Amino acid sequence: MSAIDIACLDKSFGQTQVLHQVALSIGSGEFVSVLGPSGCGKTTLLRCIAGFERIDSGRISVDGHLVSSPDHHLPPEQRGIGVVFQNYALWPHMTVAQNVAYGLKIAGMPRREREARTAHALDLVELGGFAGRRPADLSGGQRQRVALARCLAMESRIVLLDEPLANLDVHLRGALEAEFANFHARSGATMFYITHDQAEALALADRVAVMDHGCIVQFDRPDALFRQPATETVAGFIGEGRVIEAEHIQPIGNGHASASLLGQSVRLRCAPDQRGQRSGKISFHPGDLELLAEDAAPGFDAHVTRATYRGAYLRAELMAGPSGSVPLSLNVAAPASLTPGQRVRVGLRDGWVIPVPAARAQF
Amino acid sequence: MQTKRPLRALRTFLRTQDERIVMLLLILFVGILSIAPLARLGYAALIPDGGFDAARILRTLAGGRVIDATLNTIWISVSATALATVIGTAAALLAGLTDMRARTLWVFGFVLPLMIPPQVTALAWLQAFSPASPLLGPLGLSLTPGTRHPLYSAGGIVFLLGLYNAPLVFLSVRASLYRLPAPLIEAARSAGARPLPVTRDIVLPLIRGGIFAGAALAFVSSIGNFGIQAMLGIPARVPTLITLIYRQMNSYGPSALNDMALLALLLAGLTVMGMAVTAWLGKRGDQRVDNSSRPPRLSLGAWRAPVTLLAWGYLALCLILPLTALLGSALVRGYGQPLNAETITFQNFANALFRHEGIRDAFLTSLWLTLAAVAVLIPVSVALGYVLSWRRGWLARGLMLASELAYALPGIIIGVAMILFFLRPLPLIGTGLYGTVWVILAAYLSNFLALTLRPILGGYAQIDRVLDEAAQLTGASLFARLRDIALPGLAPSVMASAVLVFMTAINEIQVSVLLVTSRAQTIGPMIIFLEEAGSSTLAAAVGCLMVALVLILMLASLIFGRRLPPGVLPWRD
Repeated sequence: MSAIDIACLDKSFGQTQVLHQVALSIGSGEFVSVLGPSGCGKTTLLRCIAGFERIDSGRISVDGHLVSSPDHHLPPEQRGIGVVFQNYALWPHMTVAQNVAYGLKIAGMPRREREARTAHALDLVELGGFAGRRPADLSGGQRQRVALARCLAMESRIVLLDEPLANLDVHLRGALEAEFANFHARSGATMFYITHDQAEALALADRVAVMDHGCIVQFDRPDALFRQPATETVAGFIGEGRVIEAEHIQPIGNGHASASLLGQSVRLRCAPDQRGQRSGKISFHPGDLELLAEDAAPGFDAHVTRATYRGAYLRAELMAGPSGSVPLSLNVAAPASLTPGQRVRVGLRDGWVIPVPAARAQF
Repeated sequence: MQTKRPLRALRTFLRTQDERIVMLLLILFVGILSIAPLARLGYAALIPDGGFDAARILRTLAGGRVIDATLNTIWISVSATALATVIGTAAALLAGLTDMRARTLWVFGFVLPLMIPPQVTALAWLQAFSPASPLLGPLGLSLTPGTRHPLYSAGGIVFLLGLYNAPLVFLSVRASLYRLPAPLIEAARSAGARPLPVTRDIVLPLIRGGIFAGAALAFVSSIGNFGIQAMLGIPARVPTLITLIYRQMNSYGPSALNDMALLALLLAGLTVMGMAVTAWLGKRGDQRVDNSSRPPRLSLGAWRAPVTLLAWGYLALCLILPLTALLGSALVRGYGQPLNAETITFQNFANALFRHEGIRDAFLTSLWLTLAAVAVLIPVSVALGYVLSWRRGWLARGLMLASELAYALPGIIIGVAMILFFLRPLPLIGTGLYGTVWVILAAYLSNFLALTLRPILGGYAQIDRVLDEAAQLTGASLFARLRDIALPGLAPSVMASAVLVFMTAINEIQVSVLLVTSRAQTIGPMIIFLEEAGSSTLAAAVGCLMVALVLILMLASLIFGRRLPPGVLPWRD
């Protein structure tokens, strides 16, 4: 049985429709990320699940029980869903221990048990010595851990996280990503993690839902998002993907297809039900391109427009094609030198045929 | 060319020194109008004849009447503050946090009493039990002649002061509620807390600062509220410090000024003490300002209808009952007549508007005094706001403190201070200003500076300081920057400031009650004089006209004020 089931969810604020026909089915204990640019509706989706927003149509079920539909709305306090807010939402007038214990106190748990459970939760996030402090005296990372301890103490089976790392610096992010992974492993809770940072989403989640303009455009495993994007939007969004036009796409079986790209014949991956097309979009990443040493090898001619030093590698922006108008990006291992204007020959190691909507695999 | 040089030198001097000149003018303005009179008051109270006479001070303060009045002042103000705090906080929680029906209209009605002059409120409540009251009269609830009016008592004063000042607490608490970060409430709800525990455990502790700030305002307003204390306290023989000063002035005139100054100083001390206590009580609240979304509304559920009914019932009791009674009294020929087809007359309104010369003169005097005060205070506040917002420094803070003090201290203290300061002939003019309208204008400028300053400071907070600095780099003088950069952005706040001062000054009573003479009369104290002279129905008619004026101004500001930043007009939700 799935922990969260969302079907045909619509939500509007006034004239603006924020969510269009959102459907998601999240398994128990799964770690799901929702990834999308700001304003795509991902926070609204979280607030609908938590019960802070009513929905216009569709339904949300939690553990098989209906919690939201247009004429039924279970208030947030009766859903038993933990939420970690972007700004942590620690109550500034309470100590760390009081913050963690508040939900248990409201639930009417006896004092002794409450204190034990609070101390245990604080120990798990390694804040045992901070029980008597105020949130104002804690660092950003420590506040985040108190917010997590609050969910641990409540033993929430479902935890929603609203961009919990957005306000932290890069060093702390890495440490806290590990913290979330630990939390997930320890608690076995279903996690629903909102973010606009794809590195976070791909690193943490079992499955990632990519959102754009209020729709879920793809819901899949991280590697599938990267290697088999369902739409141009996903292909362009994930991993600096490049989408260009190819011709004479012909499936050759075994999940592969041949196509003509910039006048060269190339071999690409494709969906099992891919049909022959006169033209279509294909996607690949900078790492799929390689610099060729010999001019005779199969590949494209291009000229360098810009080369940027990125530490471990050199990033080159190229223009290819018969009229030099198709932009490409390429990573070259560090001890290399490319100068603008230089002519190079590049080969495509791997690519993916983006399915046309009719043939798109259902997720 | 030669003749132009001194001019050019002057112009260069003005250009380079413009900020210093403005600062100097501001210091002169606040110094002459606020600091010097208050210093003169302290001097007259403590060292009247050039020497500190502890025995005289003790003799004056230890008198039975003074001790009585002091104790009355303290317990009446404290009880009224408590009442106002409870009502105001409950109202703010209802309007700011729940899904009660028709909130916008209710907020307008709840804040309206604050804008009605207190002497009119007192008069309206006194009329509530008269036979002319269209609500209680027909029900037979009016008082039979000869019985003592229940409001003519210390309890009555507490009751009216509490109701009158509840909107002050309401506004302060509502402002804190709007600053309350929404996730703090949402986190509590997802932790399983229902609306009532959320309010008790999360909301109330977090808005504590706002509650006590409101309580401080209510205390200052209660202790200095001359209108209600005089209208109820003098007939009820419940002396308070403020009425004691007023009666001494009436009985002895300026000859008793040194004793009055001492009483005024005592009143000022109590006021400052009350403010300090409430500030201390509200200090420990750890409130963080957060510009995130407003807190979500908590559902009243099944209680929605009864709570809405109760809230509107409160408005009916506190607004409609007294105001209809006031109108009823204004529509009958003589006080005590029931209102019916035979007794109804518009004679009182006709008298108030056209026949009674004293009323007409007083109204015209008030009108031009108010307009003059607005015309002077707005530019001063824009300049002072500039210094306070973008220059700071201890000198600017000192000016702000002085203006705040002049505003917070009961108006009657400013009155005493102004008499003392302007009693003696001025050095250049040769005659004293005491007894002329100019003293009243000076008192208005002193008392209302902080009132104009506040919305304008709010306006400055919304303008990015970089805009001014960019203009400074182009070489624009301070005057040009104020006119071209600050003023366009400030325009809505300036409008709001002007409306607030106009509404406060046109009907005010506490500042001018000691300063009015037969030569210079304002409309505010007129009601007390008419009531004392036995013309209750005429007083009621004047009161009705004042309420109508206030209502028209409030509604007009709502219509024209759509561009105002939120929270500037207190009566707009």
